[in-house]
Amino acid sequence: MNGLLILLIIVLLGIAAWQLSKIYSLTQIGTKRDDSGIANDRDNNINGYLMFAFVAFIYIVTIISFVKCGSFVLDTPASEHGKDYDNLMNISFVIIFIVQTFTQFLLHYFAFKYRGKEGQKALYFADNNKLEAIWTIIPVIVLAVLILYGLYTWNQIMYVDEDEEVINIELYAKQFGWEARYSGEDNTLGKANVRYIKDVNTLGVDMADAASQDDKVVAEIHLPVGKKIHFRMRSQDVLHSAYMPHFRAQMNCVPGMVTEFAFVPTITTADMRATDMMMKKVDGINKIRAKKSQKLIAEGKPALEPYTFDYLLLCNKICGASHYNMQLKIIVESEADYKKWLASQKTLSAVIKEANAPKVDPATTPDATNVVVDSTKTLAQVTAKK
Amino acid sequence: MSHDHGHHKETFITKYIFSIDHKMIAKQYLISGLLMGIIGVALSLFFRMQIAWPEESFEVFKIFLGEKMAPGGVMRNDIYLALVTIHGTIMVFFVLTAGLSGTFSNLLIPLQIGARDMASGFMNMLSFWLFFVSCVVMIASLFVESGPASAGWTIYPPLSALEEAIPGSGMGMTLWLVSMAIFIASSLMGSLNYIVTVINLRTNGMTMTRLPLTVWAFFITAIIGVISFPVLFSAALLLIFDRSFGTSFYLSDIFIKGEVLHYQGGSPVLFEHLFWFLGHPEVYIVLLPALGITSEVIATNSRKPIFGYRAMIASIIAIAFLSTIVWGHHMFISGMNPFLGSVFTFTTLLIAIPSAVKAFNYITTLWKGNLQLNPGMLFSIGLVSTFITGGLTGIILGDSTLDINVHDTYFVVAHFHLVMGISALYGFFAGVYHWFPRMFGRMMNKTQGYIHFWVTAVCAYGVFFPMHFIGMAGLPRRYYTNSNFPLFDELADTNVLITMFALVGAAFQLVFFWNFFYSIFKGKKAPMNPWRSTTLEWTAPVEHIHGNWPGELPTVHRWPYDYSKPGHDEDFVPQTTPMKEGEVELHH
Repeated sequence: MNGLLILLIIVLLGIAAWQLSKIYSLTQIGTKRDDSGIANDRDNNINGYLMFAFVAFIYIVTIISFVKCGSFVLDTPASEHGKDYDNLMNISFVIIFIVQTFTQFLLHYFAFKYRGKEGQKALYFADNNKLEAIWTIIPVIVLAVLILYGLYTWNQIMYVDEDEEVINIELYAKQFGWEARYSGEDNTLGKANVRYIKDVNTLGVDMADAASQDDKVVAEIHLPVGKKIHFRMRSQDVLHSAYMPHFRAQMNCVPGMVTEFAFVPTITTADMRATDMMMKKVDGINKIRAKKSQKLIAEGKPALEPYTFDYLLLCNKICGASHYNMQLKIIVESEADYKKWLASQKTLSAVIKEANAPKVDPATTPDATNVVVDSTKTLAQVTAKK
Repeated sequence: MSHDHGHHKETFITKYIFSIDHKMIAKQYLISGLLMGIIGVALSLFFRMQIAWPEESFEVFKIFLGEKMAPGGVMRNDIYLALVTIHGTIMVFFVLTAGLSGTFSNLLIPLQIGARDMASGFMNMLSFWLFFVSCVVMIASLFVESGPASAGWTIYPPLSALEEAIPGSGMGMTLWLVSMAIFIASSLMGSLNYIVTVINLRTNGMTMTRLPLTVWAFFITAIIGVISFPVLFSAALLLIFDRSFGTSFYLSDIFIKGEVLHYQGGSPVLFEHLFWFLGHPEVYIVLLPALGITSEVIATNSRKPIFGYRAMIASIIAIAFLSTIVWGHHMFISGMNPFLGSVFTFTTLLIAIPSAVKAFNYITTLWKGNLQLNPGMLFSIGLVSTFITGGLTGIILGDSTLDINVHDTYFVVAHFHLVMGISALYGFFAGVYHWFPRMFGRMMNKTQGYIHFWVTAVCAYGVFFPMHFIGMAGLPRRYYTNSNFPLFDELADTNVLITMFALVGAAFQLVFFWNFFYSIFKGKKAPMNPWRSTTLEWTAPVEHIHGNWPGELPTVHRWPYDYSKPGHDEDFVPQTTPMKEGEVELHH
């Protein structure tokens, strides 16, 4: 049905275009019929004015987009470096808008102003070193500032000081979901490799490693506010990308390698929900959802749940059919709440013990896929196995 | 018809099919490119409809995708990715590389430098036919049982390497790789031919600094093609090894479908490096010919010399050089060393300088001109506009810091569609409108051309301007539907609007197709030099002559931009006109 409608629209538009062209050629009556295919003064005039109108169109689209879509843009960064990020973004945007407004105006205005007329002669103006120097040097200066500020911020974000006190958390990606591993008391993540994956040990943690014993695998991320979190990303199958837009944080998860990203969350989930900006946003979204729900109920389907804001971890690298459905909730809370929550989580070793204890199943004896290899070490064992 | 040139008589087959004449090969590229363009754009409309109206049933899906890809008219989620992948591949390689560069390099290089044909006509023919075969293989991959390649046009492994990861990575991916391997062979043959022709076959008096900017652009484009395409070829080859022969170039430590695979020691990041070593220059392989065409069309229709001819050449060379050392800006968050991120930020932002020079030079060329607003001219001005709008957001994406949060979002999609997609497409259209009389001896209808331009211009901004904002809302690209995230509910209306603009914009391309095919047969006969241009291609007779000029080759006496030169009666002085006594060649 929809398809038919769209087809109909396309056909109608085609007819509209045809009629437009007829009207246009009708306007040519009185002058002499011109089928040369070459622009005459009349064409230059009409298109010249349209060029001028087009710069207005660009400005209007810009303004409308800002009014209508401006509120979509991520606001209030929830991490320490997020402020620098947004600052740099704003500076870049101001520059972009100045240049855009100015150059688009010149381009379209000249196209209008100097539209061709019979008998008019163009200026033979082929070169001017001074002018060219100007528009080489100005971008150089502007870019130098942007590059320097950008690189300064980049270095601040990407390099984690070894001595700094951090909380180590592993983000683990797979088709199609996330898990996280907390490093426990010792604040050290135990070694891991997909070749250790077995039953409940879904992350392939090497349980022979002393550091692994107190590691905790969880299905929801809790972060203490104001503490530096050092994430280490792994993937078990294809590329994924750990994207936490509200924290201005993103890093790919690469099979066979550990990647890193660190940041300090600065606003708790509860505080973020209470900001004016977020209340307005959630309100708007819930209005949209209520409208959708009405339609769904009319169709006899269950209504949508009302939305409350939560920080999210999304996958942002094409990773397979269900790429669009790979999310994990992140909760930022006070350090006390965080500690309480963490204490309530079981360690991986306890979970494994529990899973193995009651049933003694001969089928779960180690099989060939569980050959013990540290990915950082040699290939020899694997090749030997084959 | 055929003007016997002493060497051989052309039969139907040697003239229209296995032709070694560059003009015919150009037409073959053009028509194939346009047909691939229809498919590429149609696919994009399908997935845009899915984004706007997620998981709804459409009649068109039933017809075009069939019961397997769209059960009950609802697109499958892996097919969504397949369409995205094939759309990207077709548009980037088949339409904007082969279609654009293949058409106009072939048509214009010999004609504008005063050569009888390409250096090797046979290799040129081979180049087209390999391209044709690669088109056929790519189209065939759409009909494979397990679905076409679905790992994105960047085909990052492991997704592209493992059938277990997505069905499209089976036979569909194999065909994709085969098609691209053939395509690269074709592209290399074409490029080598262009380079050799420009260096060796320039006519008397045609020094390098008397070449039209089109030829400069094609020449430099061919050089970056020759430098970077072989790297993609080797990347594809290694991927084939990983897929079929069990090597581990790109794969390591993989656990999928409950099993550990044997791969050990490879790295997907290596593939990313190899891919983008081509992938980034590719952007300029697409864009530079469009800019070359624009330079020529703007100068001719402004009736003014292009401003800063030497600066334009320098900026083409600078862009080409820089384009080969910026690939890492696609990989800021790939897990590579952050120090590399700093280096690539630096080189990337440098590209803004020659780009700014080009943009300002175009604008200055318009200043105090006598603008003949022909359809080709409108598309050229349109190109400058989208090149600026799209290029400016590159300042954000090229900055490693800012890339962190907008990487792989719709912000990127908006950026590159404007700066290389739409801009290159405009260059393509500008070229078709401008050189149609040269190719087919007839004029295209200008009124239809105007309608085509204005609707396209409005729709292009309508599609891609709002897209920046949904990207800055954090919406990732390549999502089958956004309805799993209530956070993104507020973006739904904008997505519908974007799809509407896309549908209308695409529908109006039919005006172009109608105009194009109608004019080939029924268009008004074109005069020899309809745009009153200075370059050599307009001195050759319209009818098809193998060898281009019936008698002697023309001799060149001046640069190609003597428009409105004081001291001449006409407002253009063809390159073949000898210098008057005491006349100075103004550019130095």
